[in-house]
Amino acid sequence: MARHWWKALAILLLLYVIIAGFTVKIPIIGTNGQSSRGLFFHVPMWICMYTMYTISIVNSLLYLSKYDLKRDVLASSAAGIGTFFGVLGFATGTLWATYTWGGTLTDDPKQMCTAIAILIYMAYLVLRMSIHDLDKRARISAVFNIFAFALLIPLTYIIPRMVDSLHPGSATTPGFASKDTDGSMKLVLYPAFIGWTLLSVWIFTLVVRYRKLQLKNIFK
Amino acid sequence: MKKSNPIHQTFTLVKKDLTLELRQQYAFYGVLLYIVSTVFVINLMMGRPDDKVWNALFWVIQLFVAVNAVAKSFMQESRGRLLYFYSLVNPRCFIAAKLIYNVILMTLMSIIALVCSIAFLGNPIINPVYFVGMVLLGGTSISLLFTMLAAIAAQANHNAALMAVMGFPLIMPVLMLLANISLSAFVTVYQPELPKMFLLLGGMDILVIALTMILFPFLWKD
Repeated sequence: MARHWWKALAILLLLYVIIAGFTVKIPIIGTNGQSSRGLFFHVPMWICMYTMYTISIVNSLLYLSKYDLKRDVLASSAAGIGTFFGVLGFATGTLWATYTWGGTLTDDPKQMCTAIAILIYMAYLVLRMSIHDLDKRARISAVFNIFAFALLIPLTYIIPRMVDSLHPGSATTPGFASKDTDGSMKLVLYPAFIGWTLLSVWIFTLVVRYRKLQLKNIFK
Repeated sequence: MKKSNPIHQTFTLVKKDLTLELRQQYAFYGVLLYIVSTVFVINLMMGRPDDKVWNALFWVIQLFVAVNAVAKSFMQESRGRLLYFYSLVNPRCFIAAKLIYNVILMTLMSIIALVCSIAFLGNPIINPVYFVGMVLLGGTSISLLFTMLAAIAAQANHNAALMAVMGFPLIMPVLMLLANISLSAFVTVYQPELPKMFLLLGGMDILVIALTMILFPFLWKD
């Protein structure tokens, strides 16, 4: 049981985040109204996505140095879960945009860039499906994964900072941190980061266990 | 290939590709026909588009031309011939040669595409020198990225559809940058972040070249 304390922590933190996230008194920021509560669910999704993609690329690099198929299982599972969280982050973002920007799909650069980033990783998953030989699939997809991650950084970090965006925290739009004077949002937001990240790692370990069972004849 | 000097190896391979191209000319005329028919179809459908649409259409044409031209450079290498190269040359020389060859090919194709577009779709360009420079830079960027993708697709059973699936999301940031930068050639717009965008494009090109050179040896082993 001692090894599972972090799973209990994830559940407790997420329960707190969900209950407090919908009930805590938040400052009304501009036209956001109550929609600022989306912050507790939107931002952690991106943190989960980046955690998973980082796990994925590290394992791809390790695969190319040792050619150990277990690394490929770890890399592909992490990429799949990262994409899942990316889609969730995109969905929560568009939901918020519907009520504040007045459109579900706008031509805002941040929205476009994240959509492309998710498409890149979907291409990675499609590439994996198209190759049947296990070793070849592992090698080629590891190479593509490194390529994709290298292009993900300019796409989600550099380009959105160069152009004007309506997204909070961009050049002309202030973030929420400056308006949250009594810190009630931070009190929920930081536990949310930890809770959701732990949940994503938990899902990751489960998927890896399942995938390893599927391939147990190979791993022995 | 007695001299094992990497630069010599690379240039021999480039020369081999160019000689093959000159003798067969199938890829060249194929892509040429592709460009002309695409531009002509656009002309039939919408006549002479205004400058913003012209710009967008031009870069989309460039994208499809690159997919066709660059994919062919790996498709023509049969499995046996790849094995032969494997025993002869360093993989880094091989991919460097492919990069150089594709840049040359794409530069040529870009200029043809530009001439065709001006002939069929009108000429809204007010700053021609700048735009020609952009076209060459853009052609280079696109061909560099697609060379690596073509190498990956060649490993995955020469699947051309796969190349489009992998390539389009990856090329989108480059295309967005190119379309934004080249807008200055059509209208006098004030773009304060223009130098930054050039820097980013150059940085991405260097990143792609570096990654290709590092990762190709892993891809090659069969």
